[in-house]
Amino acid sequence: MSRDIIALDNLSKSYGVDEVVKGVSFTLSPGESVALLGHNGAGKTTLMKLMLGLIRPNGGTVSVLGAEPGSRAGRAARRDIGFLPESVAFQGSMTGSELLRYYARLKRAPLKQCAELLERVGLTAAAKKRIKTYSKGMRQRLGLAQALLGDPKLLLLDEPTTGLDPASRQSFYATLHRLTEEGVSVLLSSHALTEVEAQTDRVAIMNDGVLVACGTLAELRQAAELPVHIEVQVGSGEDAATVAAMDRSALRINNHAVDFNCRPSRKMALVRQIAELGGVVQDMEIHPPSLDALYAHFRDQEKRP
Amino acid sequence: MNTVLIIATKEIRDGMRNRWVLAATLLLGVLALALALVGSAPAGSVAATRLDVTVIGLSSLSIFLVPLIALLLSYEAIVGEIERGTMFLLLAYPVARWQVVLGKFIGHVAILTFATVVGFGVAGLTVGTGAGGDAESWRAFGALIGSSVLLGAVFVALGYLISAAVRDRGTAAGLAVAVWLVFVILYDMALLGVLVADEGQLVGQQLFRYLMLFNPADAYRMFNLSGDGNVALMSGMAGLGQQAAFSAGLLLAVLAAWIAIPLAAAGTLLGRREL
Repeated sequence: MSRDIIALDNLSKSYGVDEVVKGVSFTLSPGESVALLGHNGAGKTTLMKLMLGLIRPNGGTVSVLGAEPGSRAGRAARRDIGFLPESVAFQGSMTGSELLRYYARLKRAPLKQCAELLERVGLTAAAKKRIKTYSKGMRQRLGLAQALLGDPKLLLLDEPTTGLDPASRQSFYATLHRLTEEGVSVLLSSHALTEVEAQTDRVAIMNDGVLVACGTLAELRQAAELPVHIEVQVGSGEDAATVAAMDRSALRINNHAVDFNCRPSRKMALVRQIAELGGVVQDMEIHPPSLDALYAHFRDQEKRP
Repeated sequence: MNTVLIIATKEIRDGMRNRWVLAATLLLGVLALALALVGSAPAGSVAATRLDVTVIGLSSLSIFLVPLIALLLSYEAIVGEIERGTMFLLLAYPVARWQVVLGKFIGHVAILTFATVVGFGVAGLTVGTGAGGDAESWRAFGALIGSSVLLGAVFVALGYLISAAVRDRGTAAGLAVAVWLVFVILYDMALLGVLVADEGQLVGQQLFRYLMLFNPADAYRMFNLSGDGNVALMSGMAGLGQQAAFSAGLLLAVLAAWIAIPLAAAGTLLGRREL
């Protein structure tokens, strides 16, 4: 038996003729955090439902914490899974604290954890208020609190930061980092690409039910071979011409700025050349391809026949 | 605490929070009291006690009301949670789907039991104390309460079956009304119609009796009205009691089957359902 927290092998799922997950293979190791990226309808939520046993696969296998999610063992394994659904729904007539205690009982988590978690997500003041009076952000934070009940080994978070303001978003990622340091494995889905950049160990990109790429950002950048963007600031038009002469990809913006879009393999050589110009160069900035660009690359690559 | 009990406790709390418990208890209590006070007045010189008359009145009342309350409690228990999205999170917990159905069932039946015992109990105590009732009529009254709870449980189970089978709450509501109409009103009317129309030629009394077994409401009626005591005499079902009635055990078994089968079917349907 594998030690992987999640192991998907050639997993498929269709609703009628509509195939929403097509032959996905993927593993999540203990303590690893992975961001699952894709536009709406790419199959991210379906994949999580399969991992939770809410739906059954049409083909392939899925194993979570060593058990098949639909089985009896899978049910027991869910005690160690924290799940935050996309646009989480709660019974509005309950208070935040009542709700958390109910879920804590179902998960056999100590009840004293409820107050701690409400504190952690900043809902202590609203704990005795009914959930229907909560804002979207508060509901989302309550959703995160319930996912953390019972010290889970695996967190499945579906679009966890939608509806959060920038401050709670930051504290969400701070919490996430602390948990991964404690050894919790995390799979979080998102369509806000720039936001998850540098927040997880690996990213997995889904498009149309297919896992089109999976790896660290550095690996994906290398595989995609997208051009690196270099901006150089100079003092005069003469200097701009000198700098622009160094690479075919140069683009003279004006008398003070030259942009390059060079191949990754050419990057270091070009940077050295520019540095050798000495005082001519006033400033320089290097932008590796953004996650947005990578995402677009892998998505479009799949579309090409 | 056991998972089923955790869910049952939550249903009971929900019932108290949204005033379902209060409303059902008041409804049953007020109607039962009115029926007991008005209905038992002319009993005076007859052999039956006031409590006996009350049992007859109450069983006619609860045959309409208890299934209605039970269906209102249960018809959206599953499909409603699926529509609102709360079932999704619940099933991501270490909870089996049959545990959800069973836990809700226990919770809802507990609410119904409370409403029936308190609502009918108040009426019974009002007319039955002093000379109002003897030991036998109290026994009949106890059987009435117990069987009313069973009748309610039957319709809670039927409500879940509807709730687990349909796609949206509106359909569930429509089907719940249909189930109520069929079992409480139309079934008897149809039987009676057939009986009158063919003048005992085809549908003999035997067949008629067995057909009544297939309706939980009729099983409940027979259980309460055709025993061998004063109640049966008063209700005019004593003749039936002598020659034709089923044993109380059989009638209870029929009610139990009407609980177990729909409940198991609801659990199976929810188990197969993709969320």
